[in-house]
Amino acid sequence: MNTGDTTFILICSALVMLMTIGLALFYAGMVRSKNALGTIMQSFIIIALISLEWILWGYSMAFGPDKWGIIGGLEWFGLRGVGMAPHDVYATTIPHQVFMIYQCMFAVITPALITGAFAERMRFGPFLLFSLLWATFVYNPLAHWIWGNGGWLARMGTLDFAGGVAVHVSSGVAALAAAILLGRREGYGSEELRPHNLPMTLLGAGLLWFGWFGFNAGSALSAGPLAGSAFVATHVAGTTGALSWIGMEWRATGKATTLGAASGAIAGLATVTPAAGFVGPISSAVIGLLAGIGCYLGIMAKIRFRYDDSLDVVGIHGVGGVIGLLLAGLFADKAINPAGADGLFFGNPKQMGIQSLAVLVTIAYTFIVTYLLLKAVDKTFGLRIDLREERSGLDLSQHEETAYNI
Amino acid sequence: MKKVEAIIKPFKLAAVKRGLSSVGIKGMTVTEVRGFGRQRGHKEVYRGAEYQVDFVGKVKIEIVADAAMIPDIVQVIQEQARTGEIGDGKIFVTPVESAVRIRTGESGKDAL
Repeated sequence: MNTGDTTFILICSALVMLMTIGLALFYAGMVRSKNALGTIMQSFIIIALISLEWILWGYSMAFGPDKWGIIGGLEWFGLRGVGMAPHDVYATTIPHQVFMIYQCMFAVITPALITGAFAERMRFGPFLLFSLLWATFVYNPLAHWIWGNGGWLARMGTLDFAGGVAVHVSSGVAALAAAILLGRREGYGSEELRPHNLPMTLLGAGLLWFGWFGFNAGSALSAGPLAGSAFVATHVAGTTGALSWIGMEWRATGKATTLGAASGAIAGLATVTPAAGFVGPISSAVIGLLAGIGCYLGIMAKIRFRYDDSLDVVGIHGVGGVIGLLLAGLFADKAINPAGADGLFFGNPKQMGIQSLAVLVTIAYTFIVTYLLLKAVDKTFGLRIDLREERSGLDLSQHEETAYNI
Repeated sequence: MKKVEAIIKPFKLAAVKRGLSSVGIKGMTVTEVRGFGRQRGHKEVYRGAEYQVDFVGKVKIEIVADAAMIPDIVQVIQEQARTGEIGDGKIFVTPVESAVRIRTGESGKDAL
């Protein structure tokens, strides 16, 4: 047991928890004022709902005793046997329960990310049910494959430091399924569905960036050199992501925007997430740069295909996650992390194949299962608010409150 | 010269604006307003305490135009802002005595 490591991971857990609040503000600023509270609520209540799911069965399904490489057993239901003694494989220098609560915050933020795709038009009750089902049947298995002891993606040698597979690609692909299934908002393409409070969005982006140090550096699971290099890689990719995104829009429209800077930073941070603990500072600068360009183009594609992924979860987390997992296969360097692997640029072309397979499998599994879950909830309870509710907004129709009163 | 004041549902603003542009209206003033008429307000709840909110958010459009155009303007607003439900709003037409364009000093119809 190491008190330094324990301190570090407890603080990182709190940092990652704050990311979900940052996300709430990041998203809420981008919706119309009549949906501000409803949008914040979708992230806020997920902290409560999924944390409970996690201690009851989520942690056991993701990290519990391995079954055939695809799922953890329910032996740790209700955290039975998950105590203060360190686990002998996961984070061996900190209490097992500290590792569990750190992972809890990842499980929480992932379904919250998806909410951006169905912003301004999902019923609250069915949203809760969908989030619970999604965490159980999509997040938990994916987390087991990539991080669980015995998970098949991990055994295959997939490099994913802090959440390319289970967090970013999964939420991005789920967002695509949700945007397709729920359909466009009323007025999409004909009315101005403008952000109502970009300063709120910038504050949210700042909190996300701040929390991301806990997300990526904390994934080293000890307070040492690896945490330090992941911290630096994370920050560098955030900066180059913001710069390359505003460069792209400056070229295209003649102006650099604050929403572009915030989006680019988040794109850089999301993209470096799978690579953060395997790459040096210059590699991460390139990763952030490509993230800003790639995710910007991803959002342009949305406009062409006319699906209403309202707050660009696909373009930022989906595209960023895929780019990040692939770039980890190029830039990974055993000199940075001996426990990892070398990428293509460091003499190991095989790694690219492994990364590509992990990406494809994650996309296919997530899309199919998410689609089925959404269909099931839609058939039983109905996902979408009715037109009158959509016109009056989520705040009034779902919560009987308004965000701004004179 | 006459002034048209229309109180409409906020989500209908884009449709009304498009309709007015198509009959040649080149300018208008829009305000977010609150009020009540026959449409009931709504209930809000904060920590269990219920509040009856009587004033409903609406958008007010103001247009000053030549008297000959008024029937078109009123017709477009009536068609575009209508949902058939209570609370669709009202249109008022009043005479306007004078108008001045501040930049040039033009007055009357030339100022519109």
